[in-house]
Amino acid sequence: MSEKNWPLYEVFLRSRAGLDHKHAGSVHALDAETALEAARDLYTRRQEGISIWVVKSNHVHASDPVDNPSLFEPADDKIYRHPTFYDIPDEVGKM
Amino acid sequence: MYGDTSIQKPMKIAKSGSPEEAELERNFQAKIDADIKIEANDWMPEAYRKTLVRQMSQHAHSEIVGMQPEGTWVTRAPSLRRKVILLAKVQDEGGHGMYIYSGAETLGTSRETMLDDLRTGKAKYSSIFNYPALSWADMGTIGWLVDGAAITNQVALARCSYGPYSRAMVRICKEESFHQRQGYELLITLSKGTQEQKDMLQESVNRLWWPSLMMFGPCDDDSPHSAQSMKWKIKRKSNDTLRQEFVDASVGQAKFLGITLPDPDLKWNEKRGHYDFGEIDWAEFYDVIKGNGPCNRERVNNVIKAHEDGAWVRTAAEAYAEKHAAKEDAA
Ligand SMILES: [Fe+2]
Ligand SMILES: [Fe+2]
Repeated sequence: MSEKNWPLYEVFLRSRAGLDHKHAGSVHALDAETALEAARDLYTRRQEGISIWVVKSNHVHASDPVDNPSLFEPADDKIYRHPTFYDIPDEVGKM
Repeated sequence: MYGDTSIQKPMKIAKSGSPEEAELERNFQAKIDADIKIEANDWMPEAYRKTLVRQMSQHAHSEIVGMQPEGTWVTRAPSLRRKVILLAKVQDEGGHGMYIYSGAETLGTSRETMLDDLRTGKAKYSSIFNYPALSWADMGTIGWLVDGAAITNQVALARCSYGPYSRAMVRICKEESFHQRQGYELLITLSKGTQEQKDMLQESVNRLWWPSLMMFGPCDDDSPHSAQSMKWKIKRKSNDTLRQEFVDASVGQAKFLGITLPDPDLKWNEKRGHYDFGEIDWAEFYDVIKGNGPCNRERVNNVIKAHEDGAWVRTAAEAYAEKHAAKEDAA
């Protein structure tokens, strides 16, 4: 194996108990174990995380921005999916 | 490496000069104008990609090389408190380099290619790091002025149009404040010390003030690519605007330390609402960029040496990974 192009891992951090993991960046490593160590050194020097996920970058499948209109625009005109679409008289109380 | 993943791959490729390309380019600029960030798998003009790779890799290299001047003082720090602070600061700069390489790779250039360019001298880094750190006071002045100038630049870059760069800058800016404050605090300590310490402080600022002003790059008139970078919102403020912000912020801070800044032309301009300052020695600036600064060779040689000295670690790690992969296959 050449030293060039060690696999790339995407790094996700859970910043506090109860929160989702969030993408932080990436590290190069030869395996998941060392990827976790590198991610710990690089992305959690200031208590930024209490849990780390690493996943090989080429295992992530992304939607194509070209498909955005067909994927996401149909949601734009469905305002009836939101609670504010409905008029409820004040005297009913909080709903 | 990026480039073979769907996070990065620019899916829609149009022929150069085709009407489709013109249309993509119009949409791209419309997004920029509307302050919508560009992400790695969005279509972007090749020149935008190239400009970003150059700028981001140079920025990352600056962080990496920037560890060296301060690194030389870690073993000579006068107290344990100063030593752990300096170590943490130098480690942060290494981290900054990694954040930006990680962002730059999303544009399809591998980290190894960028680092090769640093080692061969093909890629540049900020000229400030080609000056030596000669006294302990420099540890304070670098934090105050060099990190201060870097912050001025980076706060603007945090609003840049490329998502991965902008996010790396947000992360970095959060860390930089500590760098500047620890430096300034160190200088306050010196300013209250013996005459010898006060002299060391003044001498350090005299030496590093002008190179710090050079960190903002050439004057706007001599910065040919600036207009395009502003239009693409890679740059949000011009070199001269940022330099002026930095000068305006520094004057009061120097006064508080009881020192002078080495510029006889520095004075408040009521009409402009800014400080006027003297002409930068551009001949020196271009000379250092060309490789003739006091430490250019030493800095690059250290980068090469660190890479070569680490070869056995990489070889061992590769052997270990191969062995374990083979075991997993067998299991
Ligand atoms: Fe930095
Ligand atoms: Fe810094």
